[in-house]
Amino acid sequence: MAKTLPKTDAVIVGVGWAGGIIAAELGKQGLKVVGLERGKERGVKDYYVVHDELRYGIRYELMQDLSKETITFRNHGKERALPMRQLGSFLLGEGLGGSGVHWNGHTFRFLPYDFEIKSQTVKKYGESKIKGLQIQDWGITYDELEPYFYEFEKAAGIGGEEGELGPKRADPFPNPPMKETPITARFKKAAKSLGMKPYQMPSGNMSEAYENQYGAKMAPCQYCAFCERFGCEYGAKADPTVAVIPFAKETGNVDIRNFANVTEIIHDGKKATGVRYVDVQTKEEFIQPAEMVIVTSYVMNNTRLLLTSKLGSPYNPDTGTGVIGKNYCYQILPGSAGFFDEEQFNTFMGAGALGATVDDYNGDNFDHSDLDFIHGGSISINQSGYRPIQYNMVPTDTPKWGSKFKENSIKYFTRALSIGTQGASMPVQLNYMDLDPSYKDAYGLPLLRMTYDFTEQDKNLYNYIGKITDNIMKEMGPSKINDRQQLEHYDIVPYQTTHNTGGVIMGAEPETSAVNNYLQMWDAENVFVVGASAFPHNGGYNPTGTVGALAYRAAEGIIKYSKEGGLLA
Amino acid sequence: MSEHEQKQESTMSRRRFIRNSGLVAGGLVGGGILGGLIGANMNKDGTATEENTHTNGHDQVAYQQSPLYFTNPETFGILQAAVERIYPKDENGPGANDLDVPFFIDHQLAGSWGNNTREYMQGPFFPGSNFQGYQSPLKRHEVFDVGLAALQTYSNEKFKKPFAELEGEQQDEILTAFEEDQVKLRGVTSRTFFNILRAATIEGVYADPAYAGNKNMEGWKMKDFPGHQMSYINQIESEKFVKIKPNSLHSYTK
Ligand SMILES: Cc1cc2nc3c(=O)[nH]c(=O)nc-3n(C[C@H](O)[C@H](O)[C@H](O)COP(=O)(O)OP(=O)(O)OC[C@H]3O[C@@H](n4cnc5c(N)ncnc54)[C@H](O)[C@@H]3O)c2cc1C
Ligand code: SF4
Repeated sequence: MAKTLPKTDAVIVGVGWAGGIIAAELGKQGLKVVGLERGKERGVKDYYVVHDELRYGIRYELMQDLSKETITFRNHGKERALPMRQLGSFLLGEGLGGSGVHWNGHTFRFLPYDFEIKSQTVKKYGESKIKGLQIQDWGITYDELEPYFYEFEKAAGIGGEEGELGPKRADPFPNPPMKETPITARFKKAAKSLGMKPYQMPSGNMSEAYENQYGAKMAPCQYCAFCERFGCEYGAKADPTVAVIPFAKETGNVDIRNFANVTEIIHDGKKATGVRYVDVQTKEEFIQPAEMVIVTSYVMNNTRLLLTSKLGSPYNPDTGTGVIGKNYCYQILPGSAGFFDEEQFNTFMGAGALGATVDDYNGDNFDHSDLDFIHGGSISINQSGYRPIQYNMVPTDTPKWGSKFKENSIKYFTRALSIGTQGASMPVQLNYMDLDPSYKDAYGLPLLRMTYDFTEQDKNLYNYIGKITDNIMKEMGPSKINDRQQLEHYDIVPYQTTHNTGGVIMGAEPETSAVNNYLQMWDAENVFVVGASAFPHNGGYNPTGTVGALAYRAAEGIIKYSKEGGLLA
Repeated sequence: MSEHEQKQESTMSRRRFIRNSGLVAGGLVGGGILGGLIGANMNKDGTATEENTHTNGHDQVAYQQSPLYFTNPETFGILQAAVERIYPKDENGPGANDLDVPFFIDHQLAGSWGNNTREYMQGPFFPGSNFQGYQSPLKRHEVFDVGLAALQTYSNEKFKKPFAELEGEQQDEILTAFEEDQVKLRGVTSRTFFNILRAATIEGVYADPAYAGNKNMEGWKMKDFPGHQMSYINQIESEKFVKIKPNSLHSYTK
């Protein structure tokens, strides 16, 4: 029997960036908040011996325990979906702070074009340009979101400089850009000589000592090179457990419970009344009644919880109707590797978001009239620090093992550089998420099923941008560059990126979207579903700057709703 | 060589080892146990390697050089031979065995990774497409049991000799057949086994020495990787390549 607990104003499901920000903002307003996080409590104090590549970088100590829960995957609807038994393609977060603990901190704002992608593309290139793509406007413009972006950047202490082709800013970055290194300088010089406009990547690693609007003090980044996949022992990384959660607790209004895995949003068909959760250690079950339910459990579980709780209309891939599970997108990642026989770089030094970027081939910053794809991507060099197990970059013709592999992987550890792209990913009718018919999690609930493959749009974008990254790399003067591979089928095994999007998308109409531009569910006005799950497509940047902006927008909506009620948009 | 002769030879070398090591205590020799634990570090001629004398150059006992998973010297010998082909000793520096990679793998198999404790292992199991990842019902330690045994069987069939006694090129030929999925195993594909073996070998070369491989940080030194350093803030802008003496996790507790 589940134990019913005293009612609270708001219950938050999952405490990463989205949940942490909303907890802080609601607590500040005097609302009583219960934050339920399935993983453990953790913070800077827990990263005393964190420079351990095997434990954190390869065995993924800070990420989701798949023995309890995973997703199933297939490339297309006629295949049998099978469980993602091991982490690979993306690394789901678990524990206080979510993925915000072990992210890199590349913190961009999506382009104005992203928010109005359908109307702008059709206006400029005609309806035929978007044939087969299930794109839609987001129901909010960049200008409307601008102040929320800034709120997040202040909370996260983002350091950077404005790119000429990026979105216009009302305020300068809260912190200066990261240091220039021979690697970032080399990229910029090459990009400039090709007529592009490089700038220092906006960073969530503190370029200087910083104090945010919540009084959180963050130390300057030490460029320690154990950043992505690791927690920061200095508290120098923008991390929810440093930036927002301590303040949330200090308000005295926020009660965060760890090891609390939410299994159901309880509702009466119109409104939610609370959530059910299991203590994953003692296995006790609880019901937490609440006036408002805020779902911030990342793309996968935002979608799955709504489906298993039967809230909102499930997406139907045959007809393209329904909304929960719709428009799952990922990221397209063309890039180039260059090998410098005569030079050695300090590749083992770095910081998660130390890098340089160009926007010349992002969004609609270049003419697509004669191209067979829309959108593009931001192209960057990222000096996050090579570590020896993960980084074995070798020229294409090198065998995978044996003496030659050894020789090249040793030689090029400090002599290879790579350029990468965060390429936009467009939704299509047959890429989606629903519930798996056979596989279950540790609590007996169906796993989320992902049906996803790359499309012609993706392949065309990949090939086109790949030639650009080759050109920049060649201009950097390597002895050789690697042959570019073809983008074939999406593969769940090799790590690509944890930039999954969609499933509970936002928009202006309830027929085509699940939440409005306050991230409030059309079908249940006291439920707010926040995260990259709200992206109707994925843009040409890392997502979290935009997730943060949407979290601040949602927090404003939730506070408004707590006073006025009703649909906010 | 007949199977009977092979058996004799391996017992022979074990006996030689026991004699050489002076470890034979009355009544203890029986079965394969003694050779199993310490014979792991044996050279072909039966003499103990330097590490085998229980020092790591600092008059300290290298307690980590003890198997926690493997119980059978023949199996451990196959592993030793295989990892050395994947990461051989050559003019670039030590190979997998000098770096204690077999002990690294052994310890990993005995723990959480070898038992897939943080992975989804519920059925039903189906082979899956090339894009759906690991779908074997076997845990990694079982994959190694099956895979190493199959290396031996395949070797005996093809070259009429145990895997560890083959020439390097012959061992490569066999490993390649496994890599290319030409060998049928029970419960797992030979390619999956090979890929795990390869990945684990590289991990053993470069993981922190706390895990028993990357002996004396020699793996890191080959790559000019300085291991754990607290900060590069004063060097990050340097135009010159900076050589830094490596540090391991051990330095946290020193
Ligand atoms: C290695 C890595 C590097 C990255 N680098 C970047 C980068 O440089 N730039 C960028 O923009 N983005 C990056 N990202 C992505 C970024 O981390 C995420 O976009 C961001 O952290 C998402 O925040 P969130 O709050 O929406 O979700 P999460 O951080 O995933 O938080 C969700 C929380 O909900 C909890 N939860 C889930 N289900 C339940 C349940 N049923 N009950 C209770 N709790 C639950 C989870 O345990 C988790 O703590 C990276 C991600 C990874 C993994
Ligand atoms: S690189 Fe900087 S922000 Fe990242 S973990 Fe190291 S010190 Fe922290």
